Amino acid sequence: MVETLVQNIVFGLLLGALYGLAAVGLSLVFGVTKFLNVAHGELLMLGGYASFWLFNLYRVDPFLSLPLAALALVVVGVVLYLLLFSRTVKMDEEQKVQTTMLIGFGVSVILQNLAQRLWTADDRSITTAYSRMSWTLFDIRFPIVRVVSMVVALVLVIALHQFLQRSYFGKAIRATVEDWEEATIIGIDTHRVYLVAFIIGAALAGMAGTLVSVGYSIVPSMGLEWTLVCLVVMTLGGLGSIIGTFVGGLILGVAQALTAFAVGGAYRQVVGLLLFLLVLAVRPQGLFGVKEG
Amino acid sequence: MSRRDIAFIISTLIAAAALAVVPTITTKESVINLLVLVYIYVMMASSWNIIGGIAGQVNLGHAAFFGLGSLVSRILWTKGWPLSISLILGALVPVAFALLIGAPSFKLRGVYFAIGTLAMAQILFITTRNLFPMISSLPTEALSTYSLAPRYYMALGMTLLTVLVVFWLSRSRWGLGMVAVREETSAAESLGVSALQHKLLALCLSALFAGLAGGVFAYYSAGYYLFFPFFPTWTFDAVMATYIGGTGTVIGPIIGAVFYVLVKEILALRFVELHPFIFGTLFILVVLFLPGGMIQIWSRLRRLLVRKSTLAPSAAKEEQVPETNMVHDRPAVE
Repeated sequence: MVETLVQNIVFGLLLGALYGLAAVGLSLVFGVTKFLNVAHGELLMLGGYASFWLFNLYRVDPFLSLPLAALALVVVGVVLYLLLFSRTVKMDEEQKVQTTMLIGFGVSVILQNLAQRLWTADDRSITTAYSRMSWTLFDIRFPIVRVVSMVVALVLVIALHQFLQRSYFGKAIRATVEDWEEATIIGIDTHRVYLVAFIIGAALAGMAGTLVSVGYSIVPSMGLEWTLVCLVVMTLGGLGSIIGTFVGGLILGVAQALTAFAVGGAYRQVVGLLLFLLVLAVRPQGLFGVKEG
Repeated sequence: MSRRDIAFIISTLIAAAALAVVPTITTKESVINLLVLVYIYVMMASSWNIIGGIAGQVNLGHAAFFGLGSLVSRILWTKGWPLSISLILGALVPVAFALLIGAPSFKLRGVYFAIGTLAMAQILFITTRNLFPMISSLPTEALSTYSLAPRYYMALGMTLLTVLVVFWLSRSRWGLGMVAVREETSAAESLGVSALQHKLLALCLSALFAGLAGGVFAYYSAGYYLFFPFFPTWTFDAVMATYIGGTGTVIGPIIGAVFYVLVKEILALRFVELHPFIFGTLFILVVLFLPGGMIQIWSRLRRLLVRKSTLAPSAAKEEQVPETNMVHDRPAVE
C-alpha cells in the first residue's frame, strides 16, 4: 500500500517535470510578450512528432533529436510570430491577450487537424532499446527514460533561468518585462526581444514534446489537454518565476498521481482544473507569483 | 421601434414561414437533417453571442450549457417525463449552473474568465464521460414511431424564439447596458450600470438558449453518447461561427452558423475533414483584420455603394453650390 503510494508519487514527479518544462515555455512567452498562445500544446505535439519520425525513419535517438525538435519548433515559431502574433504587438495589454488567445485557438484547430491528416489519429510513442529498462530502489521503480527526461527538463529550466539572469540578452528580456517603454528608450529592440521569447517558448514546447513521446505517448488531439496543463501550472507557479513554474509542474504531477491513487485515473485531469479554479479564486497572482502593480 | 427593426422582424418571420414549408415540399431526410443541424448551430452561435459578443466576455465553456441541457432533457424525457417539462428543466438547469459559476468567475479579469470557463467545462466533460459512458438510445417503440417532422418544427420554433429574444435584447435597455459594460466598464459603472448584473444576465440568457439547443439535440437524436454534447468542439464551433459571421450583432451569428454548417457539410461530401483548415484560417483572418466578420464586409460594401450612388449627385451639387450661394447671398448683402 505504502509502496504503491510512493510509486505513484514518483511517477507524478517524473511527469510533473515535463509539465513544468512545457509550462515554463508558455509562462516565458506570456510574461514577456503578453501573448496568450493557447496553441502551445499543439507546438508540443509537433515536437513530439518531429522526434517520433526522426526515430522511426532515420533511427535518430530521441534524446539526440532534442535539438532538432527545438530547431523545427524555432522555425514554426518564427513563422507564427511574423505571420500572426507580431500584428498584435501594438495593442493595449487586455486586447492583446484576448486577440492572441483567439489567434492561438485558430492555430490550434489548424495544427491539430493537419497532424491528424498527415499522421492519423493513432497514439504513438518512441520505443527505444532502453525504453523498458528501469532502476529499482527499495522496490520503487524508476523508468530510465523518464528519469533522464526529468534531468533534461531540469537542466533546460536551470539553463533558461541562468540565461535570463546572467546573459546580456536575458537582461534585455527582463528589462522589457519590467517596462517595455523604458527598455525601448535605453535602446533595447523590444520587437527582437518578443521574437526571441516567442521562439524560446516554442523550442521549449518542442523539446517537452520529444520527452513526452519517449516516456509517454503523443496523439494529434493532445494539444488542448497540454495547453490546459500549462495554464494550470503557470497559474500555480505564478508569473515571472521560472523556478516557481517548474515547481508548480511538480506539484500538479503529484496532485494528479494522488488523485489517480485515491479516486481512479479517470479524474486525474479534473484535479488540476479544480486547483486552477481554486488558485484563481484565492490568489490570482499564483502560489509563488509576485502581485502585479 | 424603427422601420429597420420592423423590417428585420418581418423578414425573420417570413424566412421562418418559408422554412416551415420545407418538410411538405421535400421528403429527403438529408435536407431535413441538415436544416436541423443548421438550427442547432444558429441557436448555439446566437446564444454564445449574448455573453461573448453583446456583453463581450469570451466564454470558452459554452459546451457545458449545451451538454447540461441535453443531459437533463434526455434523461428526464427517456424516463417518461413529458417532453415540454424535460425541455424546460433542460434549459433551467444550465441557467442555475450559470448563476452558480457567474458571480465568482466574473471576478476573474478578462482572459482568466475565458480560461476559467474552459476549465469548468472540461471538468464537467470529464466527469460526465466517467459517470455516463454509455450510449443513450431511444426505446424500440419510440424508435419505430420516430418521425423527423415534429423534431424539425421544434428546432425551427426554438431557433426563431432564440433569434427574436436576442433581437429584443439587443434593442433593450439591458442589451445596451451590456454593450456599455463591454466597451468601457468603468464608465458604464459610473453611470449606474452594474457590470456584474449585466454580465450575469447575459450569461444566464446565454445558458438558457444553449440549454434549449441541448434539449432540441436530445429530442432530435436517436442515439448518442451522453457526454458527446459536452465536447469542447461545441464551444469552438459556436465561437468560430459567431466571429466569422460578425460578433456582437444579431444577424452575424445566424449567417456565420448557416455558412459554417453548409460549408462543413458540402466539404464533408467531397474532401475528408478539410473544413477545420478553412474555418481556422477564416477565424484568424477575421480576428486580425475584420473584427466585424462577414457582416462588416456587407456594411462596408453597402457604404461603398451608397457613397458611389450619392457621389455623382453630390459632386454635381458641389459645383452648383457657389452659384446657389451667390444667389442667396445677394439679397442678404442688399
